[in-house]
Amino acid sequence: MQRNGHIGYTAIYLLVVLACGFVMNGCSPKDKASAAKIEGTQFIIKNKGSDTMVNLAQAWAEKYTNVSTTASVEVSGGGSGTGVAALINGTVDIANCSRQIKPKELELAAQNNGKVPQEFIVGYDALAVYVHHDTPLDKITITQLAEIYGENGTITQWSDLGISHSDCPSDKIIRISRQSNSGTYFYFREALLGTSRDFRIGSLDLHGSKDVVEVVGRTPCAIGYSGMGYATSYVKMLEIAADLDSPYYPPNLENVLAKTYPIARPLYMYTLGEPTGEVKTYLDWILSAEGQKIVEKLGFVPLESKLE
Amino acid sequence: MNILRKKSAANLPFSETAIELFIRLCGISSIIFVFGIFFFVFREGAGFLFNGLDLGEFLTSVEWQPTSLNNKRYGAFALIVGTFSVTLLAMCIAVPFGLGAAIFVSEFCSPKLRETFKIIIELLAAIPSVVWGFIGLTLMNQLIIAVFKAPIGLTMLNGSIMLALMSLPIIVSIAEDALKAVPDSYREAAEALGATRWQVVYRVLLPAAKNGLLAAVLLGAARSIGETMAVLMATGHSVNIPSGPLSWIRTLTATIAAELGEVARGDEHYQVLFIIGILLFTITFVVNLIADLVIKGIRQES
Repeated sequence: MQRNGHIGYTAIYLLVVLACGFVMNGCSPKDKASAAKIEGTQFIIKNKGSDTMVNLAQAWAEKYTNVSTTASVEVSGGGSGTGVAALINGTVDIANCSRQIKPKELELAAQNNGKVPQEFIVGYDALAVYVHHDTPLDKITITQLAEIYGENGTITQWSDLGISHSDCPSDKIIRISRQSNSGTYFYFREALLGTSRDFRIGSLDLHGSKDVVEVVGRTPCAIGYSGMGYATSYVKMLEIAADLDSPYYPPNLENVLAKTYPIARPLYMYTLGEPTGEVKTYLDWILSAEGQKIVEKLGFVPLESKLE
Repeated sequence: MNILRKKSAANLPFSETAIELFIRLCGISSIIFVFGIFFFVFREGAGFLFNGLDLGEFLTSVEWQPTSLNNKRYGAFALIVGTFSVTLLAMCIAVPFGLGAAIFVSEFCSPKLRETFKIIIELLAAIPSVVWGFIGLTLMNQLIIAVFKAPIGLTMLNGSIMLALMSLPIIVSIAEDALKAVPDSYREAAEALGATRWQVVYRVLLPAAKNGLLAAVLLGAARSIGETMAVLMATGHSVNIPSGPLSWIRTLTATIAAELGEVARGDEHYQVLFIIGILLFTITFVVNLIADLVIKGIRQES
């Protein structure tokens, strides 16, 4: 996400420069008026955290400029851990988190700020297991994934999965993983291996949800995991079953809501204490039908009750 | 002369004393900062370094599992090997090119071309490392896949090429200074003896400037060891003992960059990352010290 972050900043910077240019030129009185409003009384909601959620958070923030005239949202990524750290330091209004906050973090945040973090589930994310679109494999079980990713795992080659992968001459499975401060990493490890086993070392630990899909899309030997919203035409999402005796489910809306897809998780937002004022208005909007529509549009799964 | 200086010192106007004091403070502050940073890094890591960390395991084990829930292991051997191997390969690429460019700029090219060259080389130094990383992640990745038929282009070779390009400006400018520092009388004497230009370079200039050239290489290497962002993005960031240039690796610096954001302050993992910092500090310090001693060597000679 590092990369995306920088592109994001550059884009924002360019936009600001362009916007300044327009304001300077003073096209029409109306422009001047709206510019004055931006400079004037707007409340800025600071929102930081999960890389998985950064595109979603940005989409919300963008849309919100049409909804609210009194507040705007400033979004940055960095990982769930980074978001929680910022919440603990009291430097953000809302922390995005693709895992639940740890008890230790909760305690620290309450200690540092005198306010207990409040939890909001704002949507669901189904982790998809990606392979290159030429890979002759359509389905996989959690047990097999555990043997691929886990320590002392028995599956290291594509032939171990019973397929012959002609685009991967070495036959070796290249494991793409995430850096260890990502909520995705923690969630995937727990879903596959429980709490007693670790990932095997030697995987490529990339720095963002999108990077994983990009690298898998360019690497026929690779397997990787990332949010299902990040799929491109270069990759294939595998259908997943708990074990060989269970039915396979593709990652999609229905299966996640029906809780039949095995690797889906809630997405959280945390505030310090009960949200008030602009922050509360924003969160209410996110949880409204309009906000949840954006969740669905970005490839995540909206909250059940809001789905008509 | 001595009397004159003393007299003027006594009559120094206030502004001058103030400026002198300010400059003195600036000089001292840099020393304070370095020691301050060292103290901070050491303090954060010391607790676990002396009490709890198995230093033998830290230096020899490849098991880097800092986020394990019930079996945390801090083996940094693969990271150390990663740092050194990527730096070594980077130097194998950068040194011939760097010294060649320095020799060309200082000995063979016209003054006008020289100025252009120097500006362009300095421009290379101005490119931020995240941009190098981005080039490695996209362009070089595909290039390596296409040229070497590697399954994936995020490799040690990729990182080394990026590091080589990043340390080139340092190597070129310091090496060029070293060659410039060789007195012209050497060149004239050699040419008077009938040496060709290449013979002048090879037999006279290189031996005369060898300390400066070595310092250039060492400072370039120190730059490579300390580089973070580019290697984080280009090398695959994988805990792995490399078996060749097309293996993926992870470096000490990239590990700190990728993991420090997540850890709770004071945690074991946090302290281990600072111990990696101490290790890096020691490595760069040793390299810089050698470079410094070598440069001092030249000064005394000339």
